[in-house]
Amino acid sequence: MTLDLALFLILALVAVATALGMLFSKNAVYSALFLVLNFVTVAVFYLLLGAPFIAMAQITVYAGAIMVLFLFVIMLLGAERLPATNVLPWQRPLAITLTVILAMESTYLLLSRARPSGSVLPPGAEVNTVDNLRAMAMTLFNNYLLPFEVTSVLLLVAMVGVIVLVRREKGQKS
Amino acid sequence: MHLSESVTTGYFFLAPWLVFAPVIGLLINIIFGGRLSEKAIGTVASLASGASFVVSVLLAWSLAAGHGAAVTVPFLEWIHIGDLELDWAFRVDSLSTTMMLVVSGVGTLIHIYAIGYMHEDVRFKHDPGRFRRFFVFLNLFIAMMMILVSGDSYLMLFVGWEGVGLCSFLLIGFWYDMDTLGRPSWANSNAAKKAFVTNRVGDFGFLIAAFLMFWAFGSFQFDEVFEAAHAVAPGVIVAITLFMLIGVAGKSAQIPLYVWLPDAMAGPTPVSALIHAATMVTAGVYLITRSAELYTLVPQAQYTVAMTGAITALFAATIAVGQYDIKKVLAYSTISQLGFMVAAVGMGAFVAGMFHLVTHAFFKALLFLSAGSVILGLERGHHHAEHAHHEKKPIGKSGKSKAESGHDEHEVFDPGDMRNMGGLRKTMPVTFWLYMIGTLALAGIVPFAGFWSKDEILLDASRHYPAVYILLSIAAFFTAFYMGRQIWLVFFGEPRHEAAAHAEESKPIITVPLMVLAALSLLGGALNLPFEGFHQLGHWLEYTLHEVEAFPLNLQVAGVSTLVALFAIFLSWLIYGRNPLKAGQPDPLKKPLGFIFTGMENKWFVDEGYFAVIINPFKKLSYFLADVVDWRFWHDWFHETVIAGTYNWLSNIGLNLYADQKGIDAFANWLGTATQSLSATLRKVQTGFVRSYALSVLLGVVLILGYLIVK
Amino acid sequence: MIPVEYYIVLSAILFAIGVAGVLIRRNALIIFMSIELMLNAANLAVVAFSSVLKTFSGQVFVFFVIAVAAAEVAVGLALIVEIFKAKHSIDVDQMSSLKG
Repeated sequence: MTLDLALFLILALVAVATALGMLFSKNAVYSALFLVLNFVTVAVFYLLLGAPFIAMAQITVYAGAIMVLFLFVIMLLGAERLPATNVLPWQRPLAITLTVILAMESTYLLLSRARPSGSVLPPGAEVNTVDNLRAMAMTLFNNYLLPFEVTSVLLLVAMVGVIVLVRREKGQKS
Repeated sequence: MHLSESVTTGYFFLAPWLVFAPVIGLLINIIFGGRLSEKAIGTVASLASGASFVVSVLLAWSLAAGHGAAVTVPFLEWIHIGDLELDWAFRVDSLSTTMMLVVSGVGTLIHIYAIGYMHEDVRFKHDPGRFRRFFVFLNLFIAMMMILVSGDSYLMLFVGWEGVGLCSFLLIGFWYDMDTLGRPSWANSNAAKKAFVTNRVGDFGFLIAAFLMFWAFGSFQFDEVFEAAHAVAPGVIVAITLFMLIGVAGKSAQIPLYVWLPDAMAGPTPVSALIHAATMVTAGVYLITRSAELYTLVPQAQYTVAMTGAITALFAATIAVGQYDIKKVLAYSTISQLGFMVAAVGMGAFVAGMFHLVTHAFFKALLFLSAGSVILGLERGHHHAEHAHHEKKPIGKSGKSKAESGHDEHEVFDPGDMRNMGGLRKTMPVTFWLYMIGTLALAGIVPFAGFWSKDEILLDASRHYPAVYILLSIAAFFTAFYMGRQIWLVFFGEPRHEAAAHAEESKPIITVPLMVLAALSLLGGALNLPFEGFHQLGHWLEYTLHEVEAFPLNLQVAGVSTLVALFAIFLSWLIYGRNPLKAGQPDPLKKPLGFIFTGMENKWFVDEGYFAVIINPFKKLSYFLADVVDWRFWHDWFHETVIAGTYNWLSNIGLNLYADQKGIDAFANWLGTATQSLSATLRKVQTGFVRSYALSVLLGVVLILGYLIVK
Repeated sequence: MIPVEYYIVLSAILFAIGVAGVLIRRNALIIFMSIELMLNAANLAVVAFSSVLKTFSGQVFVFFVIAVAAAEVAVGLALIVEIFKAKHSIDVDQMSSLKG
């Protein structure tokens, strides 16, 4: 077993464990923290895959911004825990069964049908971060300029939409 | 044929304004008339008509400048269906411009007159709101008449023909809720209906003629029809021309359809003058003249037309002798004079007919309007006298007046009855002299306009149609006689009624248009003097009519007609002038003529005859058809019993019980129940829980992936 | 030296856990987090493929996904806050007024 593979397996174990932790935590705050850990693990994977820019974006945007927003909302609403109800008794076993089937099916499909197969990063390849970033930027601003701009508009629209949603009408008591 | 190139030169492009000037006038009066004063309304209407006259003059001038070549001014594409192409185009030639000038010229004068006349009439009838309506109708009439005379095809002519018929109906029945004396009655609207229905009979003839024309020639356009007419069997032309004659008889009041015109006097006097004397009724004469090329192809039809006209001329003239209403006399005189014109155009003397049409428009308008002035004068006198009565209350005098007038005191005073007149020469001198001029022109005394035109007709008749000549000469005798009778009865002798004694002269707005018309009646003969080099109207119309006979003055014919007229006037003086009629005295002709005069008085019982022969049987037939055939047989028995009964039975037993209730209803109900129960089951799937929806989505995903794996 | 298939399997497992989170949990916030987890799993697969194919398009795509996810989270959380204001709960089983 090479060092690479060992590292991968350990990280994979951490990722699955944190995901399960997120899933089964009773407290929403714990869930969010588990998810942060998961995101960080995935960021490490990105580094391993030779995508340092995405890895950094993952950490700053997901772990840094989005999850902080989640925590804010959880604490703002005081919704860490929900009272136990059992409205849909069949939901849980059915969901778990179907999910397991889904995981097996998709694994099988991806393994049997996915092309190309092969190794990520040839052995001994050095990842030059600066070159990687430059090449990434060239691709982004040469081939994907329009989607980039559209994304900025999308963000603006989301911002305006959020403001409109939570704005209080004049004279409206809440 | 001769669609001239000169549309661009001259003022021909103005032709549509002939129609649209009066239309604009009437629109102004319709829209703003409520805020305008009476004078302003009258002025707008008169200006609109005057604008039409100016356009006519410009068109005539342009035509003369272009050496009379006919011009067609295309205006509007109307109906294009297959081979049928009907356009609204204006035909400007010497014939149509002559008519335009007469219609708009006389029309404008009558508009001005009507401002004064209607004001008094309106005050008399206490309804100022109708003043506006009257002028709207008058302008509409001018517009329609212009469409009639300027149309380039028989169909456009027919549009105008129907339009003037409508205006005639509207204006005869203008005081639809009262009779001529202002009493509540349906007499006026009945007269209007009579005119309209009688005209329908004539229009039916015109329509048949038009259909035949289209069937035979494939066109309504004048030039195309005339060109094609030469290649068609004469029988077709005879049919066309004779059916057209029915139309002419309706519109121009010829035997047998003349009966509406005397009743049309129910309309206001300016209407009688404009529509029922000067312009509309001459439309038939215009139609025949316009169709000259058709009529000259078939002498039989020409002869029929000429005889119709001549007999009408004589027949109506005899009736006029026995009438007492001042306007009725003129009405029958109009029929008689129209008979002269129709006879003239029937003989092929188109120029003479048109000449008489023009001069007749002048002097008959003059006579009618003067008669209106007389009636107004008498109304004023009556008003005055009544006031005097109410102030003094002299019992003896009132009793005397009762005896004098031969009327009950409470009976409404009839200002149009000549037996109430007499001696107006002194109280209404201006009107008297104007009336004299009109009378002399109508009677055919040298040098008044009527002499020259009537003489031309008689001259033509003496050359070609001796029978027509004799009939027309006798008619001319009667014409002079009844006009003399009227003059003596109205203006000479002593007043036979207080109103006549107190009659007052009319205002200038009434008399000035009359003076213009009087001048035209006096000088109108100059249009076509029977001397070498003076046939202006003949030359003018020659551009359109091509072959025009121009006769020099025949002293024999002229002398005979003048002598006949003078003798008739002398005779009338002997009977009515020497010993003026006393109040309450019967007509002096009654005794010597006996039943003949009774016939004249009662219009030869033609109306009664029509009632007995046509209208009453027609009514009885209608009642029979409506009551017995339609209602009892058709509705009660056939519809109710046979059809409805069978249907009900069938539908109740066969269809309702078995097919509908047990078949269709059952199926439809089952469908509804099934849908309801199915949806009730399916509804349970919609739990409202987002998570179960998501689960079903996942189920779908798993199934699809499974399918992909198995595939 | 890791074959790409390993990453694929890991991605599939993470995705399945996200799906299970959406289906099992009633807390709207956790459901939302599970959705984020699914997005991450997909991103991981895309980056892995991009690495195999030696192209940057996959990475650019992931970058867009992250940006859109940020917008989505902002709007989604705002909605959750509004729903909480109205119903005083973020239990998705309480929001069943659209049932048939």
